[in-house]
Amino acid sequence: MIRVDNITKRFGGIRAVDDCSLHVTKGSITGLIGPNGAGKSTLFNIIAGTFPPDGGSVQLDGVDVTGWPAHRLFRAGLARTFQIAHEFARMTVLENLLAVPAGQAGENLLTAWTGWARVRREEAAIRQRAEAVLGELRLEHVAHELAGNLSGGQKKLVELARTMMWQPKVVLLDEIGAGVNRTLLSEIAGEIERLNRDHGYTFFVIEHDMDLIARLCHPVIVMAEGRVLTQGSMAEIRRNEAVIEAYLGGGRTNQNGAGIGAA
Amino acid sequence: MDITLYGLMMYGLALLTMMAIYGVLCLALNLQWGFAGLFNAGIAGFFAVGAYATAILTAPESPNHLGGYGWPPLLALPVAMALAGIIAWPVGRICLGLKGDYLAMATIGIAEIIRLVFKNESWLANGTMGISTVPRPFESLGQPWGNLAFLALVLAIVIALYFSAERAWVSPWGRAMRAIRDNETAAAAIGKDVVRFRLEAFVLGAMVMGLGGGLSAMYFKFIGATATEPLLTTFLVWVMLIIGGSGNNKGALLGAALVWLIWSGTELFTNRLPAEWITRSSYIRTLLIGVLLIVVLQRFAKGVLPERPPKRID
Ligand SMILES: Nc1ncnc2c1ncn2[C@@H]1O[C@H](COP(=O)(O)OP(=O)(O)OP(=O)(O)O)[C@@H](O)[C@H]1O
Ligand SMILES: [Mg+2]
Repeated sequence: MIRVDNITKRFGGIRAVDDCSLHVTKGSITGLIGPNGAGKSTLFNIIAGTFPPDGGSVQLDGVDVTGWPAHRLFRAGLARTFQIAHEFARMTVLENLLAVPAGQAGENLLTAWTGWARVRREEAAIRQRAEAVLGELRLEHVAHELAGNLSGGQKKLVELARTMMWQPKVVLLDEIGAGVNRTLLSEIAGEIERLNRDHGYTFFVIEHDMDLIARLCHPVIVMAEGRVLTQGSMAEIRRNEAVIEAYLGGGRTNQNGAGIGAA
Repeated sequence: MDITLYGLMMYGLALLTMMAIYGVLCLALNLQWGFAGLFNAGIAGFFAVGAYATAILTAPESPNHLGGYGWPPLLALPVAMALAGIIAWPVGRICLGLKGDYLAMATIGIAEIIRLVFKNESWLANGTMGISTVPRPFESLGQPWGNLAFLALVLAIVIALYFSAERAWVSPWGRAMRAIRDNETAAAAIGKDVVRFRLEAFVLGAMVMGLGGGLSAMYFKFIGATATEPLLTTFLVWVMLIIGGSGNNKGALLGAALVWLIWSGTELFTNRLPAEWITRSSYIRTLLIGVLLIVVLQRFAKGVLPERPPKRID
């Protein structure tokens, strides 16, 4: 579904992603782990078109999409969340969801002025879906709250909710679990499994929560210092000396270092 | 000013007409800033294009400037709007994909270039003297009916613009625009073509600013370098929108009315200043308006009528 070949991204002197190649199989829930600063989020940003790579190529479902702008990738079926919540702060939670579907008739100003009946019909369907999504993520009670006023965890849920407003082929989730309570997180994991099983969505998931990764993801890809270190099942990863080494020593930062062995 | 009933009525008409013309400009800025978060620091430029275009198309022939085309005023206005839009388009095309600061710089630059061109190319619009023979619709009706009819025309335009802007605000178009304003990266990640949307808001706003310029030239029957100074348009319109409430079309209109009332009130004050101060009156008025802005923002941080998410579409 996603194929990354020799992607490199430099920020000043740092090679955030360094000649990285990997493959996310269609229909899989693939995990991406690695110490802080390994380049995981940067890789997501490149795949999703938030910024272009300095070198290498990205394919989505067999199409070379290297350098495509983010909005075009979304329309091609790639949805993503951000590690740091990117909510539309001065819009209500409901509006954050309603804004999502691409190509709404009312996004054309002339249609909004002259074809209001059509806009209303379309809106009714979008709203119905939004209300269902809000229900699933336990956000109904804040539907009319400005998204900027939500708690950190709630904002992360809005991130997730937005991806559920669209029928993507593949969803990139960047630490969706961080700041979300355990019970709800477990339900979200169930929801991800359901979307994967019933709707065939492919997921590519960055997580530091190894339990969640172990539950959801196969395979798991380990990144360190901008490169893929190894990949395999969580059990294999846990036994891998190089992985333990990357987490515990040598890494640029290792606050999460203990995670891999302890989990 | 003569303090007769008739005099007061004429003063009231003038006040209302100016409020309505500034209302047009404020709605335009709200489209760019309130909806889309675009910092246009050159309102005066688009205003000037509209005003000069209207003047040149409608003013009688004169050896001092381009003209004598004899266009009916109401046909000149759409052309004025189109020209302002045509100038805005490349500016937006170049700047709207970049960081916000670039648009601010570019619009200041464009406004100043336009002002200097009209000031120095005197064959075009009589240089600093300007064009002072712009016909005003309905003036043949004489006072006060001509003034009243012109006010009605401007009000009709404001009302039409207001309802169009409200529809835009509640529509998915407005929603996408606000999403881009709030977080452009996330908006792109949900499929919104950021540059396309911004370009629409910017060009449309500039066109309406051109319309405001055209109406102003007709009202004063004059357009010249003094009328396109940034103080009278860019600065004042920004103050109006901020005080009234950006992101709120009613706030834009309220701000235009309130600030114009106070601005013309300060004129009554500065007119009473001793002669040696009169020349400084424009600075003093600006200072007063600046103080007003600070006072109002202490009390109403988001303007008198703050932004509200639109009601649901149904
Ligand atoms: N926009 C940027 N400008 C400069 N440097 C950046 C930028 N984004 C990331 N980096 C750098 O690139 C490296 C990789 O960052 P990235 O966010 O991809 O790490 P990560 O693997 O997602 O880490 P974490 O688990 O902490 O989220 C870091 O050293 C970071 O400082
Ligand atoms: Mg990250």
